Amino acid sequence: MQAEAAMGRAGLWFGVMLLALAAAVMAHDTGFAFHAGLVAFVAFCLMWMSASRFDPAGKAEGFFRMPEGPSKYDDAPVRWGVIATLFWGTAGFLAGLYIALQLAFPVLNFEPYLNFGRLRPLHTSAVIFAFGGNALIATSFYIVQRTCRTQLAFPGLARFVFWGYQMFIVLAASGYLLGVTQSKEYAEPEWYVDLWLTAVWLAYLAVFVGTIVKRKEPHIYVANWFFLAFIVTVAMLHVVNNLAIPVSFLGSRSYSVFAGVQDALTQWWYGHNAVGFFLTAGFLAMMYYFVPKQAERPVYSYRLSIIHFWSLIFLYIWAGPHHLHYTALPDWAQTLGMVFSIMLWMPSWGGMINGLMTLNGAWDKIRTDPIIRMMVMALAFYGMSTFEGPMMSIKAVNSLSHYTDWTIGHVHSGALGWNGMITFACIYYLVPRLWKRTRMYSLRMINWHFWLATLGIVFYAASMWVAGITQGLMWREYGADGYLVNSFADTVAALHPMYVLRAFGGGLYLAGFVVMLWNVAQTLAGRLRSEAPMTETPYDPDADRPLPADAVPAE
Amino acid sequence: MTDTGKQPFERHKKLEKNVTLLAAATFLTVAVGGIVEIAPLFWIDNTIEKVDGMRPYSPLELAGRDIYIREGCYTCHSQMIRPFRDEVERYGHYSLAAESMYDHPFQWGSKRTGPDLARVGGRYSDAWHVQHLRDPQSVVPESVMPQYGFLADTPLNVADPSANLAALRNIGVPYTKDDVAKAPADLAAQADPEADPGDLAARYPKAQIRDFDGDPARVTEMDALVAYLQMLGTLVDVNSAAAQEELATEKGR
Repeated sequence: MQAEAAMGRAGLWFGVMLLALAAAVMAHDTGFAFHAGLVAFVAFCLMWMSASRFDPAGKAEGFFRMPEGPSKYDDAPVRWGVIATLFWGTAGFLAGLYIALQLAFPVLNFEPYLNFGRLRPLHTSAVIFAFGGNALIATSFYIVQRTCRTQLAFPGLARFVFWGYQMFIVLAASGYLLGVTQSKEYAEPEWYVDLWLTAVWLAYLAVFVGTIVKRKEPHIYVANWFFLAFIVTVAMLHVVNNLAIPVSFLGSRSYSVFAGVQDALTQWWYGHNAVGFFLTAGFLAMMYYFVPKQAERPVYSYRLSIIHFWSLIFLYIWAGPHHLHYTALPDWAQTLGMVFSIMLWMPSWGGMINGLMTLNGAWDKIRTDPIIRMMVMALAFYGMSTFEGPMMSIKAVNSLSHYTDWTIGHVHSGALGWNGMITFACIYYLVPRLWKRTRMYSLRMINWHFWLATLGIVFYAASMWVAGITQGLMWREYGADGYLVNSFADTVAALHPMYVLRAFGGGLYLAGFVVMLWNVAQTLAGRLRSEAPMTETPYDPDADRPLPADAVPAE
Repeated sequence: MTDTGKQPFERHKKLEKNVTLLAAATFLTVAVGGIVEIAPLFWIDNTIEKVDGMRPYSPLELAGRDIYIREGCYTCHSQMIRPFRDEVERYGHYSLAAESMYDHPFQWGSKRTGPDLARVGGRYSDAWHVQHLRDPQSVVPESVMPQYGFLADTPLNVADPSANLAALRNIGVPYTKDDVAKAPADLAAQADPEADPGDLAARYPKAQIRDFDGDPARVTEMDALVAYLQMLGTLVDVNSAAAQEELATEKGR
């Protein structure tokens, strides 16, 4: 029976491989041919794995580490997710540093594959969807099991979610280098990759909701509301924004069904809520579990979490038009977007307050626990960028900031400060627990990471503020003669020092991440660094005795 | 909410205990904003009006646009001029919604590392564009733009030009059946001074028919991209009286 099942599976993969090979041969463009070849290669590996095993069930448990019994949480996909987060983080941060250097030193462009235009989506997708996405999948699988006191539902599907998502990342990333893109920012992958992601995402929804359904706790914990909102909304955004008609089923090119102004607002409805739900709701869910855990305090306010959850998800969706101020989008839509963006300030800070106030009674841990320190810094950056965002959405401010590097700085104070820091903190929390180590290899290295990252963000944000405001002011500068003062090229030249400083900041941030990689690798190897603890009450045995008889008391 | 007594959020517990209710309530909450903001754009005058001069892209321009997208030009160049004095003086009349009505997808961009390109057509010579794309720093020393010399060395290879037009026709771009059938011939003829363009100029008014890349012997990706850049913003006479009158009568701005 098992042999037959194995042969059946091998046959299935063989069929998939043949189909993919046929598609590769008949493909209309090289990008599609490469991707079909990649699918054929993966199918071949899976076929080989299926056919070469005599004990299919046993082997499957070996490679895919199916859960052994109901007595333990199913943590294998969480472990893979943590590794994948670190791996893609490395790729994404390196790509970011590289394109930052390209803007300062254009000779670093190597046409055609390593030009800025092709690497930029690689960077954004790698950090948002590969680094952030894997962190979200891993932590959601971890949290939903703990807060529901049950194993993951559909363990096979959960493995498909993890590996299928990696396949999506590889297809998307290699596509960008080959020029396969539909040019919608943060939604660049073409139609067939979008379809694949839709399948993976529905499987993710099934695993997540299935686990909640079989929970052993009466209530659904607040972190899971945020994860649920993130999964449901991203599904909606992804499907609608990527509605497109392929030119051929054997080619990569497709055309969006929307055009012009409708397409623009659909895109920024998607784009802003990729921020709102992928990078905010999902990461708030991580915050709602790991901050109370690490601080060993309950969440500050249950009522606040209800109010800010519903108001956050309701208001965020409306904010998209602030990406299109003063464009051909009708004024009423722009104004609506602005008003909702400003209102969004309050529920955003609701999340920050709920996180920070959870530390009530444990504030001393900021001194003693570098993980708490990272979490607090993450929440502080969350608060700062959710103040800056509403401010930039005011039309008068936006007329200066739009199209400039101010936006880039704003995004990075959120991404590096909030998403990056909270992810690092969660990984530092998870690694010893997932791999059964007493603690991280080094707590002091977490502290180094904290300072390198914080300094890096300061350089990044400050240089981009200066660059953006310089650029905006130079574009609109008029001389006494009534003519524009600066040519466009003048404004480019003026930004060079700021671009160098930005790359320096990015380099510091990456250096902190390298410290983390080393720390995690050593932890996995089972080592513990012998180091002085983070704080010690000073003790001097020489001074710890009564004064000698001949001593003169101090005056 | 307080009518159930003790706790103000007592009723919320219902949602917390039922994942179906929670998911449904979440979906309804997040669906509202998009429906209210996006749906009207499909019927109000201001966003669906047609202005004189707008026409679909010729096959060569479309191929150039596909290259523009492939190379990620939108990551640094906007195609959306805002109605400010400095932008209008720098780039030309502010952009109208109708000018991107055949843009699937739109190319408004979000960042100006380089200048806006909405009306770049006709501002520079073909030779300038070719030289600038090959080596941007040779004509603009301060530029941080990458080099695109390979476009001039790559023959334009569109798998099936008719299929591209047919796909766009399916989603509402008014190509005629004739346009779709003649797409391969149109594509070749627009960049080849030797070829007979037939009625190309009649079907695509203001189409610029010439060799663009300085190499008349063959049609390269450079031809297509320069043809696209040279037509950007040239179709609509934004300053004509008729265009202004139409703007004054539209509803829903």
